[in-house]
Amino acid sequence: MPDFLLELFSEEIPARMQVAGVKDLERLVVGGLSDRGLLFEGAKSFSGPRRLALAIAGLPAKQPDTREERKGPRVGAPEKALEGFLRSAGVTLDQCSKQSDAKGGFYVAVIAREGRATAEVLAEIVPEAMAKLPWPKSMRWTAGTTRWVRPLHGIVATFDGEVVPFEFANVKSGNTTFGHRFLSHGPIQVRRFEDYEKKLRDAHVILDAAERKEIILHEVKQKAFALGLELVEDEGLLDEVAGLAEWPVVLIGRIEDDFMDLPPEILRTSMRTHQKYFALRSPGKESLADRFAVVSNMAARDGGKEIVAGNERVLRARLSDAKFFWDQDRKRSLESRVDDLKNIVFHAKLGTQYERVERIEALAGEIAERIGADVAMAKRAARLCKADLTTGVVGEFPELQGVMGRYYALHDGEAPEVADAVRDHYKPQGPNDAVPSAPVSIAVGLADKLHTLFEFFRIDEKPTGSGDPYALRRAALGTLRLIFENRLRLSLLESGLSDDLLEFFVDRLKVVLRAREIRHDVVDAVFSIRKDGDFVRRVDLIEALQNFLKSDDGSNLLVAYRRAANILKVEEKKDNRSYDGRPDPKRFATPEEGALFEALSNAMPQITDGIMEERFGDTIRVMAKLRPPVDAFFDEVIVNAPEPELRRNRLLLLSRLRATLHLVADFSKIEG
Amino acid sequence: MPKARTFQDLILTLQNFWAGQGCLILQPYDIEMGAGTFHPATTLRALGPRPWRAAYVQPSRRPKDGRYGENPNRLQHYYQFQAILKPAPDDIQEIYLKSLDAIGVDPGLHDIRFVEDDWESPTLGAWGLGWEVWCDGMEISQFTYFQQVGGIDCDPVSAEITYGLERLAMYVQNVEFVYDLAYNEHFRYGEVFHQNEIEQSAYNFELADTDMLKRHFEDAEKECKALIGGNRKMALPAYDQCIKASHVFNLLEARGVISVTERAAYIARVRALAKGCCEAWLASPMGEYKPRYAAHAEDRS
Repeated sequence: MPDFLLELFSEEIPARMQVAGVKDLERLVVGGLSDRGLLFEGAKSFSGPRRLALAIAGLPAKQPDTREERKGPRVGAPEKALEGFLRSAGVTLDQCSKQSDAKGGFYVAVIAREGRATAEVLAEIVPEAMAKLPWPKSMRWTAGTTRWVRPLHGIVATFDGEVVPFEFANVKSGNTTFGHRFLSHGPIQVRRFEDYEKKLRDAHVILDAAERKEIILHEVKQKAFALGLELVEDEGLLDEVAGLAEWPVVLIGRIEDDFMDLPPEILRTSMRTHQKYFALRSPGKESLADRFAVVSNMAARDGGKEIVAGNERVLRARLSDAKFFWDQDRKRSLESRVDDLKNIVFHAKLGTQYERVERIEALAGEIAERIGADVAMAKRAARLCKADLTTGVVGEFPELQGVMGRYYALHDGEAPEVADAVRDHYKPQGPNDAVPSAPVSIAVGLADKLHTLFEFFRIDEKPTGSGDPYALRRAALGTLRLIFENRLRLSLLESGLSDDLLEFFVDRLKVVLRAREIRHDVVDAVFSIRKDGDFVRRVDLIEALQNFLKSDDGSNLLVAYRRAANILKVEEKKDNRSYDGRPDPKRFATPEEGALFEALSNAMPQITDGIMEERFGDTIRVMAKLRPPVDAFFDEVIVNAPEPELRRNRLLLLSRLRATLHLVADFSKIEG
Repeated sequence: MPKARTFQDLILTLQNFWAGQGCLILQPYDIEMGAGTFHPATTLRALGPRPWRAAYVQPSRRPKDGRYGENPNRLQHYYQFQAILKPAPDDIQEIYLKSLDAIGVDPGLHDIRFVEDDWESPTLGAWGLGWEVWCDGMEISQFTYFQQVGGIDCDPVSAEITYGLERLAMYVQNVEFVYDLAYNEHFRYGEVFHQNEIEQSAYNFELADTDMLKRHFEDAEKECKALIGGNRKMALPAYDQCIKASHVFNLLEARGVISVTERAAYIARVRALAKGCCEAWLASPMGEYKPRYAAHAEDRS
C-alpha cells in the first residue's frame, strides 16, 4: 500500500520546540486521516534544526465508499417538509425509496458517497494541520498573515511517489529539498521516505534526532576515552545539542589551567548554559578534567582546528569574567551582604528580600525547635541563605544561587552545617532532585518554602489552572517531600496554615500519593474528618485504611456502611429529621440489634484511642471485628418495621454505625 | 576573499557589502543611544508599509558596561553595524552568510549556527523572533524578524541584522584584549578609546550629577509629549527626546540611584514616549518625498 512523505523545510527552529512540534504535526495529520476514515500501518516523525518530517506507511489509495440511509417524512407529508428533507440530505426525490411501518409509508433517502482519493484528502489535511500547529511562539514574515515558528521555505509532500499539491504560507508543495547548509549544494529530488532519508544522509543531514544523539554520545565517549576521561552525562544538554546540528561532529577543547581552581559548578554552568559544551572528568572523580567536548555542525576542511581554537577562546573569555566575579565576591563576607538585600524587591506587595529573610529566619528557628535541629545554626543559615543573590557570580549565573552561597559561607568560616543549609534550602528543585536530610538544612528549607506559600496565599496570588508564576506547587511538593522522606512529625497547622492552603497541600498530597498507588478518594475521606497538619500521621492512616478496604472484611464493611447510609438518607429525608443520638437498648426486639449495639459501644472508644495513639493497625482490627454483627443485623432485621418506635430505634442504631466509622474517615467519599 | 584585517576594514567591507544589497549607507545618529535599533532609520522606518533598506554604524552606549578599560571585551561605548531590510527578503539568511564570507569568515572552516534568541526591547515596546548567530561558539550577530515596534505590528516584517563590530574584529584579528585591535595599519583601538573608557566609566558610575540627570529626564519627557500631544504629530523631534530620555535613564541606572520598582516605572515612561512617537510617525507622511524638479527624477532613472 502507498506511503505518504511530508517534509517542512524552514529557517532554524529553536531546539526546544522541534520534538514537540513534530509530535503535534503527527497528531494533527494522523487525527485528520482517521477522522476521514483513512487507516494506515504506521507513522514515524523526525525533527531537526531545519526540518520536520513525517512518514506515514500503508495508506489506502482512496477513502472507503460510504452509504447512509436517512429516514424522511411520511408519504403525503406537506410539500415544504419533503423539500427541506431533500435539501438537507442532498438528494432528489427519485433517489429516495419508500418504506413502510405500522403507521404507513415514509421516504428514505439513500446517500451514497464515493471515497475520495487519499492524495486529495492529504492535500486538505496537511495545510490545516500546519495552520493549527501550537508553537509556543510564532511569527509573521513576508508571507502575509500566516504565522509559523520561523520562515518556511519548502514543503515536500509525496504520496506513492507523486507530489500532493497544496500551498501553505505562499510555499507550494513539491518534491525538492536541500541538504546541509554548508556541506551540501543544490536541490535534492525525492520520491519516497527511503530515498529521502538516504539522499539527505548523502547531503550531510542525519534526519533522526535519536540517531544524532547516538552519534554524539558515541563520539564524545570515544574521544573522552582516548584521553583517559569519561563524560559527565547530561541528558538535557544532549537533547538540546541534537537539535542544533544536522551533521554532528564532536571536537575536544582544552580549558586553561588558570581556571581549573574555580568551583566545578561555575565551570560546568559556564560551559553548559552559554556554550553548550559537555564536561569531562577522570573516571571515578568528582572534579572536572581540563577538557570539554563541543558538538559542531560542521565537518571542516582543517579537521576542526579553527573551530576548536575559536571555542577555546570564547570559553576563556567567559571564564575570565567568572573568575573576576569569583575573586571579587570573596572580598566581602556574606554577612555584610545581608543589608544589601534591602535594595532588592522580593515582590511589590511583600517587601524586600531583606524582610523576606527576616521572616524565614524566625520561621526556621521555630521549625528547628520542633524538629530538634540546632536552632542557632538554622537561624544563622536562614539569615545568610539569600545573601548570595547580590554576588557577581550569581548575577551572571542565577542558577548557581545557593551553590555559591555555600562556597562563600565556607570561605567566611561559617559552620559546615550552615553552609550546607545555605546551598540545600532550595532543594528539592524537581521530582528527581534529592531531598536534604541534615536537620539544619531541613529547617531552613521548610521555612523558605512555607514562607513563600504563606505569603503568596495571604496576598491571594494563588496558582491558577494555567499559571503558577511563583512556583507554589513546587514549594508545596517540596515541603511534602521534606516531611515524608524525613518522616518529620510536625503539624503545619501550628505554623499558621490557612484552610485554603491546607486544601492546596491536600491536592498536592494526592499527586505525591498517586505515585504510591494511594487513591485520592481515600485521601479525601480521611482528611474530611479532621483538620490535621501532621501529614505523616494522616498518610499512615490513609495507607492502613486503603489496605483494609482491599481486604474482604473491609469491602464488606463498606457495603454495609453504604446500605446503612442510604437507608438513613432516604428515611431522614422522608421524616424530615436527622437520626443522630443514642438508641434505647430496652427497645431492641432481636438479639442482632443488641449484639450490634454492644459491638459499636466497644469499638467507639477503641477507635478513638487507636487514632489518638496512632495505633492504626489496631484501629483497623477493631473495624474488621464489626463485620459479623453488622452482617447479622442486615440479614435478620427489617429496619423499617411497621411499629414507629421500633423503626426509630433501629434508625438510631444505624446512625451509630455511621458515626463509629466516621471516627476514622468519611466513608461516603470513597468511590468504586 | 581577503580578511578584513583592521577594524576599519571591517566597517568598510560591511558597508560595501550592504550597499551592494541596495541598502542606503547612512551615518550614525547624532544622539547617544544604547543600540543601533534606536536609530530612527530602524525604529521608525520599521513601521508603515513603505519598503526600506539601510545600513549604518551606530556608536552604542551602555553606561553600566563600563569597566574602566580593564575588561578584555566589555565596553560602555562600542560600535554596532546594523542592517535593516524591509520587507525581509526571502533569502536574507543567505545574504547574511555572504556578508560573513566578505569579511573573511570562511564557512568551510568555521561552525556557523543560528541559535534561538528572541529579541525584546521593553523601552521601545518592540519585539521580534530570530537568532543569535554563532561562529565557533561565539555570538557574532543578532538576527531578528521585527514583529512589533512601539506596540504596533510591523507590516511588512523587517529583518534586522546587528554585528558587534569589536567582537567580530577580535575574532577576525585573533586578538584577546579589545584595546589591542588594529584600528587601521597605524593605530590600535586603545589609542582611540582606552582613555575614553576610563573617563567615561568614572563619569557613569561616580561623577554624573544625578539630580541634573533626573531633571533632564523630566525635561525630555515633557518636550516629547508636547511634540506629539494634541494635534501635533512631530514624530522625529519627539523621538529625539525619547532617545535622550532613554539614555539618561541608562546613566541613572549605572549611577545606582534607581530602585527595582522605580526602574520598572522609568522603563514604562520611556515606552509610553516611544509608543507615542511611533503612532505620530504612522500618522505622518513617513518620509514620503516627491522630487521638486522633474529633471532630477529623470536623472535618477
